[in-house]
Amino acid sequence: MMSSMRGVTKRIASIKFALLSPDEIRRMSATKIITADTYDDDGFPIDMGLMDSHLGVIEPGLRCKTCGGKVDDCPGHFGHIDLAMPVIHVGYVKDIKKLLQATCRKCGRLLLTRQQAMEYIAEMEQVEELGGDVTEVGYVTKETAREAQKRQRCPHCGEEQGKITLDKPTTFREDGHKLTPKEVRERLERIPNEDLRVLGMNPEVARPEWMVLTALLVPPVTVRPSITLESGDRSEDDLTHKLVDVLRINQRLRENRDAGAPQLIVEDLWELLQYHVTTYFDNQTSGIPPARHRSGRPLKTLVQRLKGKEGRFRSNLSGKRVNFSARTVISPDPILSINEVGVPVEAARELTVPVHVQSYNQELVKTWVKRGPTPLGAFGEYAPGVNYVIRPDGRRIRVTEKNAEVVAEAVEIGYTVERQLVDGDIVLFNRQPSLHRMSMMAHEVRVMPHKTFRFNLAVCPPYNADFDGDEMNLHVLQSEEARAEARVLMRVQEHILSPRFGGPVIGGIHDHITGSFLLTHKESKFTREEVTYILSKIDIRDLPPPDVKKGGKEFWSGKALFSAILPKDLSMTFKSSIAPKGDIGLKELKEEDSLVVIKDGVVASGTIDENAVGAFKGKIVDKLARDYGPDAAREFIDKATKMAIGAIMIRGFTTGIDDEDIPEEAKKQIADVLKAAIEKVEGLVESYKRGELEQMPGRSLEETLEVEAMKILGRARDQAGQIAGKHLGIENSAVIMARSGARGSMLNLSQMAGSIGQQAVRGERLSRGYWNRTLPHFKKGDLGAEAKGFVKSSYKSGLHPTEYFFHAMGGREGLVDTAVRTSRSGYMQRRLINALEDLKVKEDGTVRNTADTIIQFKFGEDGVDPSRSVQGRAVDIDDILQEVLGEEPSWKERLREQEMASYGLTEKDMYVEISEEEVEVEEEEPPSEE
Amino acid sequence: MRFNVLEHQLVPEHRLVAEEEAERVLKAMKITRDQLPKIRKSDPVIQVLEKIEGPIEEGRIVRVTRVSGTAGVSEAYRLVIGR
Repeated sequence: MMSSMRGVTKRIASIKFALLSPDEIRRMSATKIITADTYDDDGFPIDMGLMDSHLGVIEPGLRCKTCGGKVDDCPGHFGHIDLAMPVIHVGYVKDIKKLLQATCRKCGRLLLTRQQAMEYIAEMEQVEELGGDVTEVGYVTKETAREAQKRQRCPHCGEEQGKITLDKPTTFREDGHKLTPKEVRERLERIPNEDLRVLGMNPEVARPEWMVLTALLVPPVTVRPSITLESGDRSEDDLTHKLVDVLRINQRLRENRDAGAPQLIVEDLWELLQYHVTTYFDNQTSGIPPARHRSGRPLKTLVQRLKGKEGRFRSNLSGKRVNFSARTVISPDPILSINEVGVPVEAARELTVPVHVQSYNQELVKTWVKRGPTPLGAFGEYAPGVNYVIRPDGRRIRVTEKNAEVVAEAVEIGYTVERQLVDGDIVLFNRQPSLHRMSMMAHEVRVMPHKTFRFNLAVCPPYNADFDGDEMNLHVLQSEEARAEARVLMRVQEHILSPRFGGPVIGGIHDHITGSFLLTHKESKFTREEVTYILSKIDIRDLPPPDVKKGGKEFWSGKALFSAILPKDLSMTFKSSIAPKGDIGLKELKEEDSLVVIKDGVVASGTIDENAVGAFKGKIVDKLARDYGPDAAREFIDKATKMAIGAIMIRGFTTGIDDEDIPEEAKKQIADVLKAAIEKVEGLVESYKRGELEQMPGRSLEETLEVEAMKILGRARDQAGQIAGKHLGIENSAVIMARSGARGSMLNLSQMAGSIGQQAVRGERLSRGYWNRTLPHFKKGDLGAEAKGFVKSSYKSGLHPTEYFFHAMGGREGLVDTAVRTSRSGYMQRRLINALEDLKVKEDGTVRNTADTIIQFKFGEDGVDPSRSVQGRAVDIDDILQEVLGEEPSWKERLREQEMASYGLTEKDMYVEISEEEVEVEEEEPPSEE
Repeated sequence: MRFNVLEHQLVPEHRLVAEEEAERVLKAMKITRDQLPKIRKSDPVIQVLEKIEGPIEEGRIVRVTRVSGTAGVSEAYRLVIGR
């Protein structure tokens, strides 16, 4: 059955939207509904009630009175309610308004001369001819209506036109007095067919008076099934509840009208009927209170079923739940290759790959099936079983311990068996939010004990994953084509270079970087024992010759160990991350061991840190992925990270608040610097008050003061940091992390050891709170440093109460900013993806949409794949020249080029963090900010 | 017309393509006219071109030569449509 369906593709040529006429509603109706009751005392549906069995069946065993089908055979049938008085359909009020305004109040003709109408028709035809789509034709009709609405007097009968306004949601007024739906309907009826065509309506399928309902379609019971609770009580669907309301009021309205009740009462009931019909369609219509359930919960009516993230479109049509997938918590495993993913046994037993039985594998498959659904290997380890055997006729047979032998015997060519996961199966692994293509990559399975998915830490950056409780999804591919495609296009190693900026997104993080630093910085050396330990982590069996012999003992340098995993012909030069900033000489670089020189696969000098192996910045990773291919890059990342972890484990690594200890002497110095700065600001304030402050060009006196104060205080914070930094050497753990790029920055450290500095909101010193002051602890109008949010203390020394409050003020801005940014960027991303989703690069290099029209004549104007570009450029001429000519440029030249090329990216720039709960987004309107 | 938009630094060079050349270009790209990106006759650029070239009918093709950050110079074509 499935195979015959495959490959049949059809293109939708056109879609026509039309209105249901009252006639059509009655024609398609299986029964008229007149009573608001649902079930009788015996629990059977009442005839001509809302649950009439002509409308379909929801209870097993019963038969549909319309088609005779049982529960799954009968699709359900519509019914209808005849409304006592016409009511306006909320979904069409805008169109009704347009039509009322564009046509004569008396004769119903379009308020345009014949001549004008012809012109607009001609224009419409022309747009259609030039391949204009529905929206483009829509612009013309909109323009037509706008033109017609301008006219004050009917060109056909000469009638003066009253002003028609819409009192939201459904009341129309002409020159202030109400038009009943009945009057509205009469007016719409008067519009002649040919005038409707000019307005873009096809009168054969959509007469405007059908927008005012005289009959209401009742959806089949299958659309609004009632549920039976354990207590035996029936609970009806929200739609049924709403229809009950409509029926009740409809009945009362009819009775009152027929009995000749006062006009006022009839009108009230009519309005009530309008309310119920309106909320039946859309219970979030602005201007009227939403209809509520007895519990106070607003009812979920038709529009609510379709709209928004939980609506039919986004949740059931654009997105679907799938089989052969799993979700669980993730945890790290540095032993796994970056290409792998650890899958828990329990998940592996549920997830299956279909295997087609052929002559070459028939016997093998039989042995699999024979083992049953939970086989174990010779050592009690996991072995793949079979969950289902599928016969050629499509019947599925569940394999159990008991029937395994019998089922196995029956397996023949043409059968398919669903085999459980084995090591090496290829699966897709994904973490939401899926913001870029690296959010879903193909991994090779490793079945493992315990209950989490595990993967290499180097793959955290592309997924933006951490292990504080994150969960991820896994999908098992079900066809050979899909597996081949995933292996070639989606495997992790193919995504080391990002298309975002043409550099690596996969690489060492945190301890990998610290470890590489400890391994290679300066003259680090390791004993035979330590070297064996480090090398045992990677696949190197033979010890290299020792570099140093001292006092009869052999030592190996870390640089030599690291060189062992580099390709033998790799040569490159770059600055380490620990290099001092700014333009510095060769001597200083060498002193800090921060000029990495690799010659023929040997690290001659320099420290391996973030700039060498880090994600986003790793130059070696970048070069290997580019010049030696993804296989070599994957191998390098696997080995470098394992080695780094070996190195860090030998030395041991920790950090604590005592890493920020500085001598009393330094503390005093810092205090002096801060005090001087504060006094300087005071002096500034004094001169401002005396009016002696020299105004900066383009700034007011107040602004000048603020700018100057900020400058002084900023400098003071930096100075404090520098003083503190002098006492924090490179042997300090926190400094190692900050300088090598593993975690944290020198600014973080100076805020811990020195001073936190000026707090700001919107880039200005704090100023709001009380009248003319930030807190009641200060004098009104105090413009000094401490009164306006300068925090003298360090994180280590602790903050004074006022400082603490200021710090919270500054910190809050950051939180609000990220909250606002995430919702906004999420919405922007959604809109962007909706606009771009059908674009594709064709064989000839053009970018086209599904209609085959050209969007771009060459992809990106240059046809270059950014992930294969060198920092955005198609070719790295210098690199090629060097390789071809074999000339080594001077180190300074080389560095200059690199600095020009590098964008100075950090991990922070890569992501805007998106919170788990995406903000609810309306289809056309941006989310409101409240 | 207040000023010539083509002289603005942010507006790329637009040129009307001769009919025979247009045919050649379309043939080379193996596309029909309606697959091209569109430009309205009311577009200020077309208004300026009409001053230079005389009236431009719908269905004519305009070449846009852009200075591109990635490719140096890139060429694109647009189909003139009504309004």
